Amino acid sequence: MINNRFFKQLLGSFLGLVPIIAVILIFQIFIIQQPVLNVARLMMGAFFIVLGLTLFIQGIELSLFPMGESMAYAFARKGSLFWLLTFSFCLGFGAAIAEPGLMVIAKKAANIASVSSMIEKTDVAKANYALGLRITVAVSVGFAILVGVLRIIQGWPIYYAIFVAYACVAIMSPFTPVEMLGIAYDAGGIATSTILVPLVTALGVGLATAIKGRNPMIDGFGLIALASLTPMIFAMAYGMFV
Amino acid sequence: MIEWILHFALSFADTCRNFLPIAIVLIGFQLFVIRRPLVNLKKTLIGFVFVLFGMSFFLEGLEMALFPLGKLMASQLTAPELVGLNSFEQTLSWHSYKWVFVFAACLGFASALAEPALLAVAIKAEQISGGAIQAWGLRIAVAMGASVGLALGAFRIITGTELYFFIITGYLIVFIQTLFVPKLIIGLAFDSGVVTTTMVTVPLVTSLALGLAETIPGRNSLLDGFGLIAFASLFPIIAVLSYAQIAEWLYSRSRSSKS
Repeated sequence: MINNRFFKQLLGSFLGLVPIIAVILIFQIFIIQQPVLNVARLMMGAFFIVLGLTLFIQGIELSLFPMGESMAYAFARKGSLFWLLTFSFCLGFGAAIAEPGLMVIAKKAANIASVSSMIEKTDVAKANYALGLRITVAVSVGFAILVGVLRIIQGWPIYYAIFVAYACVAIMSPFTPVEMLGIAYDAGGIATSTILVPLVTALGVGLATAIKGRNPMIDGFGLIALASLTPMIFAMAYGMFV
Repeated sequence: MIEWILHFALSFADTCRNFLPIAIVLIGFQLFVIRRPLVNLKKTLIGFVFVLFGMSFFLEGLEMALFPLGKLMASQLTAPELVGLNSFEQTLSWHSYKWVFVFAACLGFASALAEPALLAVAIKAEQISGGAIQAWGLRIAVAMGASVGLALGAFRIITGTELYFFIITGYLIVFIQTLFVPKLIIGLAFDSGVVTTTMVTVPLVTSLALGLAETIPGRNSLLDGFGLIAFASLFPIIAVLSYAQIAEWLYSRSRSSKS
């Protein structure tokens, strides 16, 4: 039975990969017209991707989904808002601070800042700037999960929160140093990591199910969306004031 | 072989390190705040091991197959020879880059479909909606949005238009759509847009953007190479909202024609 599901998922992962293989093959054969190097290695890599995606999906269904939901129920039963919000913040902060994509982009931001002489051209200054940006973004992700959870509990519509965030982005954009603008926009997409997404989705849906009067479909989603908007705002502010 | 195992072990260690803060938060709160044993401890642990191994294999595969190829293609497609640029004429209209647009669009579509985080959200949505929202349908809507977004993003880099002009316009479209769309879908639409940009899309898109910004005359790779990811996470939102709008419109039309 388990094997059967595993193979079904394996097939599903493979189907998800087919378009990307097709794009690359078609472009290589018809437009670039150069032979693809090292086919064996590519096949091996494709197999790993399919296997990895399958294991990941099986894994989140076994662990992250049920755990996120059971913790949501446990917090709802316990009824302590303080601990739930602390948990939400820590979860977002912890996930973002370890996100490799964020480390890369923080380093690039520090380079840009030093080239355009916003900070001193020393390695120490750059490292400090990068670390500062990482912590800022991580705090913003934690803050977003916290606000998002509070929203589910209070039953505020998600689009209020999103539009406030959009308005902030729109108002702040013209005042952000142009060097930082692209980085700040991208930081939003990068800070939400692959492990955090299933966990937070399950947490939100679990909370919306456990709390009376909330609909898991209307209220359960939206946590990740907030977690990608606040990093933009915080990173822009960081660019303005540091 | 030994070299490969070593490499895999290293990437596995990396994945574990990235997972560590989350694990600490989860275990800490479970032990000290909730103070209840986990119901299915064994199953959960096995699941965590699956997640860690899954992500390591996935990353390893990306590094072996997709990333080198994607980066190579991004640089080949923006190479001066392919777009017909020579050193005498420095002014090129954006028409010359047609293959770049096609490639960006295909890349957005394909990499969104391969994105594990999007799959996770889609599965959850299918479970909760009781099958009314199909995981595949959602993923394809998101992928179409990502492909439009990336093509537009490439257009922006090539023409050098202001970044925030596009982003703010996108926000306005989302804002107007939100007023009309069924309330059920809003949270999901926002979430699925954002999760498009994680493991697969970010590195591929970044290399495309940097390749573009480096080759095109008058662009600064430090400045113009960024911002493409923002496109890839904004347009899927529009796509999912439109999908919901169209689905509802078709539904109400078929109902009114029956009565």
